[in-house]
Amino acid sequence: MAATSETIRQVQDIGERYKFGFVTDIESEMAPKGLNEDIVRFISAKKGDPDWLLEWRLKAFRLWQTMPEPEWAKVEFPEIDYQDAYYYSAPKMKDRPKSLDEVDPELLRTYEKLGIPLKEQEMLAGVAVDAVFDSVSVATTFKKKLEEVGVIFCSITEAIAEHPELVRKYLGSVVPYSDNKHATLNSAVFTDGSFVYVPKGVRCPMELSTYFRINAENTGQFERTLIIADEGSYVSYLEGCTAPMRDENQLHAAVVELVALDDAEIKYSTVQNWYPGDENGVGGIYNFVTKRGACRGRNSKISWTQVETGSAITWKYPSCVLQGDNSVGEFYSIAITNNRQQADTGTKMIHIGKNTRSRIISKGISAGKADQTYRGLVRMSNRASGARNYTQCDSLLIGDECGAHTVPYIESKNAAAQVEHEATTSRISEDQLFYCRQRGIDPEAAVALVVNGFCREVLQQLPMEFAVEAQKLVGISLEGSVG
Amino acid sequence: MSETSQQSLGTEAFAAQFQARRETLPGSGLGWLGALREAGIAALAERGLPTPRVEDWKYTNLRPLETLALTAARPDAPAPSLDLVPSLLATTDHPRLVFLNGFLRPDLSRLADLPEGVELAGLADLIAKQPDWLQSELSDDGKFETTALTALNTALMEDGAVLRIARGAVVERPIELVFLGAAEAQPLSIQPRNLIALGEASQATVIEVHAGLGEGVTVSNSVSDVHLAPGARLTHVKLQDESHRSYHLASLRARLERDSTYEGFGLSLGAALSRNEARVRLEGSGGHCLLGGGYLMRDKQHCDNTTVIEHLAPHTSCREVFKGALDDKARGVFQGKIVVHRDAQHIDGHQLSKALLLSDDAEMDAKPELEIYADDVKCSHGATAGEIDHDALFYLRCRGIPEAKARSLLIQAFLAEAVEEAAPEALREALNARIIAWLAAKPQGAN
Repeated sequence: MAATSETIRQVQDIGERYKFGFVTDIESEMAPKGLNEDIVRFISAKKGDPDWLLEWRLKAFRLWQTMPEPEWAKVEFPEIDYQDAYYYSAPKMKDRPKSLDEVDPELLRTYEKLGIPLKEQEMLAGVAVDAVFDSVSVATTFKKKLEEVGVIFCSITEAIAEHPELVRKYLGSVVPYSDNKHATLNSAVFTDGSFVYVPKGVRCPMELSTYFRINAENTGQFERTLIIADEGSYVSYLEGCTAPMRDENQLHAAVVELVALDDAEIKYSTVQNWYPGDENGVGGIYNFVTKRGACRGRNSKISWTQVETGSAITWKYPSCVLQGDNSVGEFYSIAITNNRQQADTGTKMIHIGKNTRSRIISKGISAGKADQTYRGLVRMSNRASGARNYTQCDSLLIGDECGAHTVPYIESKNAAAQVEHEATTSRISEDQLFYCRQRGIDPEAAVALVVNGFCREVLQQLPMEFAVEAQKLVGISLEGSVG
Repeated sequence: MSETSQQSLGTEAFAAQFQARRETLPGSGLGWLGALREAGIAALAERGLPTPRVEDWKYTNLRPLETLALTAARPDAPAPSLDLVPSLLATTDHPRLVFLNGFLRPDLSRLADLPEGVELAGLADLIAKQPDWLQSELSDDGKFETTALTALNTALMEDGAVLRIARGAVVERPIELVFLGAAEAQPLSIQPRNLIALGEASQATVIEVHAGLGEGVTVSNSVSDVHLAPGARLTHVKLQDESHRSYHLASLRARLERDSTYEGFGLSLGAALSRNEARVRLEGSGGHCLLGGGYLMRDKQHCDNTTVIEHLAPHTSCREVFKGALDDKARGVFQGKIVVHRDAQHIDGHQLSKALLLSDDAEMDAKPELEIYADDVKCSHGATAGEIDHDALFYLRCRGIPEAKARSLLIQAFLAEAVEEAAPEALREALNARIIAWLAAKPQGAN
């Protein structure tokens, strides 16, 4: 295949630098296991990085080697062996299922419940679909429409090649390469991700989604997303999808950077439903994500909405740095953990500008033997006069073996700033369930109903097409937690 | 190595103090006490004094302590005249223990005709008498996490109040414990150790007053162990008004058995740096714990209220309410943690922290935590920080009340909420008077 021969050629080009007998391994379409400077150079060469980016990656890699593993989160997992993983692999076609018949029936049952069309099911399950797939033509139409208004929407690799000035200006400006161990690793080895630039005064005519990006089929393990909303623009971006995604990589360390200039608004919605491992917690994705948005301009706004139901371990704190005066940050989150899932998630709202406002609504649902933590920071700097924050985080417990924890940090250095934080933890009331049961609703549906009500404030924030699926997802994620 | 030095401050000075004084500390002839002290100094050396790198101390820095050339307090400080001993009570017939620089002063105390069922004495005296229960009471901290500060206290403790209430005794008159710090040029380190044990179905009220005489620097690191037998009820009020250059570090460890109730309230006004750390274990069902606090800080004062309430048994409840006002460059810290252990069902836990920032340079840091492993619980927390409500201020000004007065009234009302909710009725007036006096010391409204 083209990808294979390209890999071989590139490795041969820089072959001399590899002393670890790795050329022989090349037929498997991936760089050898492990991580060292040569692998970073290889990834960089493979991606055709300019020199500055290679330097940046190397700087990150060298720093990463010296960083201790972050241990403050309330999650437990065996130590990650970073040398026992592949950091680059070309899209594989060989071992994909040939048709839906070969796909795990459990997965198909879930698709069915979510009401996902057959064609999409094939794509999600990783069936090797041919090029006539509907969404491709849809995507092409979309692309044309975006070009008309000047919105740049492409993979980060394309952006580095075609818009180096923009990438260079903003990459790492919100999440510096030295930010935290996982982000630093991402900076060193990121292979894919999206890039969005919305020019001045443009309201992006549609919701952007990785789903419709043609070459997004193989979403990488180390994604890097950069979204820039120039003055007065608006964009809504959807990441992930409600259906469980087939994925072979256990460690995911993505970085998302958002930049909103004067009067710009970015709405970023995520539905994450990666493989959570089986009932005993075997397997499952480690999702260590660094997401941060900078409201650089006056009156800018960044809104994060997330529905986190998948992954064995979620470690994720989408944050807003409210630099511009009057800027607004929002965080709406639903996190559901079941079986042995662990989630430590929350947000940071850093108020720097005057009259900045932020709102945090977090709904955590813990069932089975799962553990979940809301961890958040609200900081009012002493410049942030007139700033306001409102935080509401609620946890719902289902079953007596799960845990729900709340760890907010509230730091206020300005008398004229208002911070309000409220949190509750409770369980589904027997009365509510009884009421539903009396009306002939089976226990699982009743729980789904109550939980959906509990999450309503967040579900409402999701774009329409997402919201419907997310609602079903809430129910499905809690299957087996009652009765 | 470099990492440990960031995580902790040196404890060599205390180790040296221990080595120099091990033969003269009370009970030096007692094997078990010697072993307890050795374990304490070893635990301290192992942990070191915490820095903000340690999560529990994220917002409070003990580094200033390093620069003090501390000497151990001596029992021979000249006694102040009796009328200089502060009190929260108007009565003069209640039992009272007065400690000067950590040492019991019988000349200032009132130990005559104690109510029935009350045993009240100084720790040093008791160590000399060696009652058989003392060893188990002093060693009984295995259920609590040993912290650097409690370990330090164990190693160097000399005196303190020991209060025991007999089974079934209902003590009407409050028992007052007054701790006076009077240092001269030399900063003094004081390690008071208090034991409060209430027998089954007994009731008592304990009032602690901590005050500084003069402007000397004292570093008080106290540990109070409270043990409530089934059905006991303790009301515990503390006023902290140390001199403004002093350090007040207080660790409270309370164990509550079945159906017992602990109601604590602390008003913090003094000290350059104060930390009230309360750890409460609700070990039997029906236990209830109320922790309240008020703090008023100005200049560069720092006040930290840290609480950990553990629900280990079903049908236990807790309530926390902390309110304070911070002026100038003062800093307030609230770290509250409610832990509900597995199988501790039917738990009711509520926690509230509210702070008023009166100046642009004041700072409030709050970390209200819930850690919950049982499902049939109702737990909540709330935290706010902000300035005085403009509408309320406007309302009062409309009615011809000058701004300074209006602000002062609103601050008073703000704190009164905590006083009313958590302090016993009989003491509310005295506590409010302290709040009013604090407000009167500096006219409000300059900012």
